[in-house]
Amino acid sequence: MTGAFEISVRDWVASNLPEALVGVRIDMYGVESENREVRDAFELWRARLAAQGWGAPTWPREYGGAGLTDAEAKVISRAIAKSGSMNPISYLSGMGVTMVGPTLLEYGDAEQKARHLPAMARGEVRWCLGLSEPNAGSDLASLNTSAELDAQGWVLNGQKTWTSGADKSQWCGALVRTDRSAAKRDGISFLMLEMNQPGIETRPIRLIAGESPFCETFFTNARARKDDLLGELNHGWSVIKRLLQHERQSQTNAPVSNTTAERLQDVAKRYLGTNVDGTLSDMDLRSRLADHLMDTAAHELTIARIMTDARGGNVEVSATASILKNSATDVAQGHSELLLEIMGNQGLGWEHGEYSEGEARAVREWLGGKAMSIYGGSYEVQKNIIAKNILGLPETTQKG
Amino acid sequence: MAVLTEEQAFIKDQASAWVIDKAPVSSFRALRDSKSGRAFLPQTWRAMVDMGWSGILVPEQYGGSDLGYLTFGLILEQLGRQLTASPLFASSLVGASGLMLAGNAAQQEALLPGVVNGTAILAVALDESSRHQPEKTAFRAEKAGDGFSLNGKKTFVAEGMSATHYVVVARTSGDAGDVQGISLFLVPTNADGIERVALPTIDSRDYASILFTDVRVGSNAVLGSPGECMPVLEDILDRARIGIAAEMLGTASRAFDMTLDYLKTREQFGKVIGSFQALGHRAAAMFSLQEQSRSCVEAALQAVDAGANNVPELASLAKCQVGKFLFQMSNELIQIHGGIGMTDEFDAGLYLKRARVLEASFGNRAYHRHRYAKLMGF
Repeated sequence: MTGAFEISVRDWVASNLPEALVGVRIDMYGVESENREVRDAFELWRARLAAQGWGAPTWPREYGGAGLTDAEAKVISRAIAKSGSMNPISYLSGMGVTMVGPTLLEYGDAEQKARHLPAMARGEVRWCLGLSEPNAGSDLASLNTSAELDAQGWVLNGQKTWTSGADKSQWCGALVRTDRSAAKRDGISFLMLEMNQPGIETRPIRLIAGESPFCETFFTNARARKDDLLGELNHGWSVIKRLLQHERQSQTNAPVSNTTAERLQDVAKRYLGTNVDGTLSDMDLRSRLADHLMDTAAHELTIARIMTDARGGNVEVSATASILKNSATDVAQGHSELLLEIMGNQGLGWEHGEYSEGEARAVREWLGGKAMSIYGGSYEVQKNIIAKNILGLPETTQKG
Repeated sequence: MAVLTEEQAFIKDQASAWVIDKAPVSSFRALRDSKSGRAFLPQTWRAMVDMGWSGILVPEQYGGSDLGYLTFGLILEQLGRQLTASPLFASSLVGASGLMLAGNAAQQEALLPGVVNGTAILAVALDESSRHQPEKTAFRAEKAGDGFSLNGKKTFVAEGMSATHYVVVARTSGDAGDVQGISLFLVPTNADGIERVALPTIDSRDYASILFTDVRVGSNAVLGSPGECMPVLEDILDRARIGIAAEMLGTASRAFDMTLDYLKTREQFGKVIGSFQALGHRAAAMFSLQEQSRSCVEAALQAVDAGANNVPELASLAKCQVGKFLFQMSNELIQIHGGIGMTDEFDAGLYLKRARVLEASFGNRAYHRHRYAKLMGF
């Protein structure tokens, strides 16, 4: 690692992070802050990062990146995190920088890359993904939304669901059926289309945790340009497999433990008190809490080991993404369940008032976290991937 | 797998090949069935010594190679895979660590060369009840002349019948449960007043119960500062816990490999049984546990080598996580093999039996959960 690079990044962040954001610990919701000053500062910060190519630092310069290595990109995100701020571009691009972009880099032609990537890397265009359908969840390949070519381009008809951020996105990457006579996985293509058109309607979905970023999206003679087919016609399944690998990657790269939060064992001591020897008064909970903390440590040590191994060229990281996705899920859901148990009756509140902000938030996070074992390939789908792709067990008997 | 140095990679490959070729589970089975009363084969131990394994932790001035715990762990993992029986762990890891952490120069000089060349075999005599609980030590050592008189009973002493010397954990003051008052003694096993009895454990390895009746030792037998040995004892035990976790990782990983192989070859209902999702998912869960266990074990071994201050947490973490893996894996080994797994002719039973003995050694999961909670401040 070049020390000089790290210093230059730190200096750049120090002199370019807008005054209003300095020292304010700010998350992605800051981008949509009600405070106008914060919003404007974020816009300025976004523009400066984009000019550096730091919205997607590892992409080539010609497509809005900075042509840096993964290690150098990590130096940048660490420096920004250390400053207490965040890089808004990944969030503003929706599914762009983390998923659609890397897939476009691999499968797109030069013209497609030039047309889509730079705006994505600047955080100016938000992307959503139209993958799941009401009858195609874990069994994604049974999707039914169709696309047919006419003189003006593609015409799409059907319904997508769980299209995260569809109501706020300008572009969509959609998986559609282009050959009904082919076997399930062989008649699928990946199209890119503009969201702002008469043939598309989006409806936000209200979830068990309240408001959500998810939508239902309806295509009624929606239009896509002929040259916005990504990858080969009827070979969309390989495109989507790669895209989902990028998704698992981005999920497992997220840090698990929020270092600024109060440690779970300290919350437990605060709510439940201790025995004279300092041990938690509820011995049964104590034992399960210790188990959970050890599982968390094992998960984090595994991430660290896989990163080290990847640097040494030992393993293909994507092979382990399914293991990490499931253990990240176990750890996060286990944390939420324990936190609610610790809070007891106080962990059952729906609105503020009698319940503290922290208590109400814990409840919403607990509910929202149930999605972790469902999205991005459910817990069970990940186990199928491990069994088949890593362990080499024969494919589970299935049709199609 | 941690990123290894060239030397470590060589030793690991050497150990892996040697264990399969010269000390496979079939030779352990033959030893068990011979009813010779021996818990390991002298030629196996000799070969290990010749390869330098007994000196891996020992400084060069005493004939060792001082390669560290990660290297030792790589070997123990390979031995664990084939259930290879030897005093390597008890003597060259636990015993040697005891001498190096608590012994003075004279004691080290007197005994470490013997540990390295295999003529001395050390065994730690700690447990007194059905549980691992070092702080509850009640075994008495009382001042007698210039030295001490040792009285009491020790049990579940690994390699206790083969050992030439015991490292005895004793109480020179206070009562069971006090942190103060713990002392360590180095006692030759042929001293007057020592009676040892072999324990017929399920894993057919060497465990002894030892009665000490007015065993006299000189002041030169005292390891460390009398009455203040609890901290150094914990340091020694943490190394033992991490080392045994490495062995357990090998045992469980081999059980996993045997099971995976069976899933790919056994056919029922016209299909290989690994194509059934109920079994594939269990294999996936075991594989994930294996990866997490490896992460904990390697981090713990590396922490000892680096002199890190979180060795106690990592020791309990490693013993507990790999304990969970080995417990579940040894049960799955039997269950997924079905009837054949229940037969003595097949190796599954050997792994299951060894698994439970390893689980009880140096603190079971309940012990380490409790200890981890204490270390984490609750």
